[in-house]
Amino acid sequence: MAKRIPIEDSYAASLAVKMANVDVISAYPITPQTHIVERLSEYVSNGELNAEYINVESEHSAMSACLGASAVGARCFTATAGQGLALMHEVLFIAAGNRLPIVMTVANRSLSPNISIWGDQSDMMASKDCGWIQIYCEDAQEIFDIILCAYKNAEDDRVLLPVAVNFDGFYATHVIESMVVTSQEEVDDFLPPRKIPSFALHPDHPTSWGAVGFPAIQTEIKKQLEDALRNSKSIMNEVWNQYGRITGRYYDIFEPYKTEDAEVVLLLMGSSCGTARIAIDRLREKGVKAGVLKLRLFRPFPDKELRSFLKDYRVVAVVEKDFSAGGLGGHLFSEVRTSLYNLKQKPKVLGFIAGLGGRDIRIDEFESVAKKALNIVNGKEKMERDFMFLQVRE
Amino acid sequence: MGEECKLKDKPTIKELPIASIIMTPATSRFYKTGDWRSFRPEIDKNKCIRCGLCWVYCPADAIIRTEEGDYEIDLDYCKGCGVCPEECPTKAITMVEEAEV
Repeated sequence: MAKRIPIEDSYAASLAVKMANVDVISAYPITPQTHIVERLSEYVSNGELNAEYINVESEHSAMSACLGASAVGARCFTATAGQGLALMHEVLFIAAGNRLPIVMTVANRSLSPNISIWGDQSDMMASKDCGWIQIYCEDAQEIFDIILCAYKNAEDDRVLLPVAVNFDGFYATHVIESMVVTSQEEVDDFLPPRKIPSFALHPDHPTSWGAVGFPAIQTEIKKQLEDALRNSKSIMNEVWNQYGRITGRYYDIFEPYKTEDAEVVLLLMGSSCGTARIAIDRLREKGVKAGVLKLRLFRPFPDKELRSFLKDYRVVAVVEKDFSAGGLGGHLFSEVRTSLYNLKQKPKVLGFIAGLGGRDIRIDEFESVAKKALNIVNGKEKMERDFMFLQVRE
Repeated sequence: MGEECKLKDKPTIKELPIASIIMTPATSRFYKTGDWRSFRPEIDKNKCIRCGLCWVYCPADAIIRTEEGDYEIDLDYCKGCGVCPEECPTKAITMVEEAEV
């Protein structure tokens, strides 16, 4: 029987990993993800979870250990954040290129300098091109459900790709929320033990992975990964629907809120979506027709879906906790705008960078973003470029 | 030859195994790395004391031990790295530029 419990978001992640009955956990502690692997080590030490728990000396090793274990057919888990993810960077590409269905949670954290343990999304964005499926979650329930779905999706024969489950450090790791726990029987039914592929590493039938890629084949190797990542979208929908039929909780690539008649749409990912929804309610009380589009899936990037959803709106304001230094604002803004650019009729897309290094984005700030976007599209206000930093003292 | 051809020829994405995994073992022997070499080692049999250190240290497994106990270079695979003359205790191995051979 499913039951509702209060749970810290980090522990919701640990619980999902335990219930997914992973074989190998390899991890190095780093704030703000530490609670996740701490709780998992307790599960292993008290016998609740029968898994190999590897204490490694760095995140580079944490991912490398997952790589080896996954290649023999084990169900693997690791977690990281910020500098830890940056240290893993090169191994992330190898996990994806070798088509290893590892699931990793990233408690999104700002990158140094200066040392900041607090949340923003610049860590995963700096590794966005690594070939992993990348999902952003908002709360405990979503983290729990998405991790279970992530294994199912990753290990599907038609996918075989690693999945990064992202959620904002502290905002969605250190809070206690109410969550419904899917029963172990339902999880076991939904997610049976991993089927070991015929090419898995085994002394009886040796295989070679990641051999030299001559100029004559590297293009095909890279495109094969790109195709796999693109195709994974439809399988993810299958998995989310299957999970929805069991639990009643359905997930999708994005989640609209009061967008039907909206004159301005705020588009964002992660824990700030809740704040943005409150801002939308307040705006609507004042007669401003605004809505929120919460994006869940960042890789593979849902450009087609965004085009068909957004094409008739007047203005879209992308609010995000990351930016590309010297580039075109935030990564999400850049990709949303690119997705829409070739449409004949398209909304104006504006980018707002906020919430860096754990600075709260307040309700009134979301309200002012919506109003500013409307003013700009109505010609009442101007922005120097199509993107800007909010909250900065100049 | 078999599998080795799949990596050297020009497969399409669909012909390429998943993650370009090589499904059979020991295929690297089909790929002769000797043509990377710009210097080749030559063994002076009069100075060689047959200690076998070159055979131990060769990273390419390109030193052959003959039935008589002599050592020879397998030029199909020797990349000319120069480790063997460095390790040889009697200086019996010298590197000779390929262009001069």
